[in-house]
Amino acid sequence: MTSIESRLRRRDDVAAAAERAARGFRTRASEEGLVDIAYGWVDSPLGKLMAAATDDGLVRLGFETERVETTLEELARKVSPRILQDDVRLEKIKRQLGEYFEGRRKAFDMPIDRQLIHGFHRLVLDATEKIPYGDVSTYQQVAERAGNPRASRAAGNALGSNPIPIVIPCHRVVRTGHGLGGYGGGLDKKQLLLDLEGVTL
Amino acid sequence: MPPFQTVIDQHQDEVYRLALSAVGPVDADDCFQETLLAALRAYPTLRDASNLRGWLLTIAHRKAMDHHRARGRAPVPVGDVRDLDGGVAPPPTIEDAEIWAAVRDLPPKQSLAVAHRFVNDLAYRDIGRLMGCTEAAARRSVHEGLTRLKKEYVK
Repeated sequence: MTSIESRLRRRDDVAAAAERAARGFRTRASEEGLVDIAYGWVDSPLGKLMAAATDDGLVRLGFETERVETTLEELARKVSPRILQDDVRLEKIKRQLGEYFEGRRKAFDMPIDRQLIHGFHRLVLDATEKIPYGDVSTYQQVAERAGNPRASRAAGNALGSNPIPIVIPCHRVVRTGHGLGGYGGGLDKKQLLLDLEGVTL
Repeated sequence: MPPFQTVIDQHQDEVYRLALSAVGPVDADDCFQETLLAALRAYPTLRDASNLRGWLLTIAHRKAMDHHRARGRAPVPVGDVRDLDGGVAPPPTIEDAEIWAAVRDLPPKQSLAVAHRFVNDLAYRDIGRLMGCTEAAARRSVHEGLTRLKKEYVK
């Protein structure tokens, strides 16, 4: 006969019930406007991507090579700690990324929250957003369009710290003379994205 | 402060077990959700992240007390007494649902004390702190609750 104490201590069957109740909590929290950042996962040929969005739009896209805990902690510090996993709120973003990776989408149509991008970096990434699908620019050209033709190194830094890669297409910026240049997520990923868009250097 | 999702990932099972034993299987989901909603509302103003578990369990304790208070005041529908008395169908996902219902039906102080002690392994000192009583009083509540459970429940 199982004692009362040991029956109270049983854990296994409670976890599933807690998870179900937690889903209900996420819905209620979202309805009450208590979630400042919703995040979720997107499958892609580059591996799993973590997408995070505020009410204003997509604020962060991370490769799985970055530690997700670190990315979330950074968002908690810089934006808000009211962060919940909520795939429902990221549906539009996930769908468009899926279409892009299948080659069916050439431009993204989603709100973007640029609050993590400051100063000159903002100008560089704004210029980068204007490079069309299947095209490339050089670091030099992007620096010029951002208003400082001599700042190609600073432009490189801005691109390297792009919080929303792929959607802000920093992979379309290459070295003068058509070297690949650098990429935060790894050069193989940059090559894969350019291949996908049909770019040959 | 860590991302709120991280806090939930670490403590949601404990909060749920407390809710389950304090208010029973039928109302556990609601008590659990009320607890996390209150926590999320207050989270940005929290200054100390060193004892998030204690903070969450304190909120859960308060929500469970609110629930007992509301239940005590709720009018009993005429001719429905038997249904209130254990005729409530537990959600099918909880296997051992009767035990949680039995704990719920203890007097509120005993029910919460038993939950803190056996469900979440809190020390008597911490239970006393949560319940606003001495360590000895907490020990007594747990003992009384358990004795009653054994007498009335284990046949």
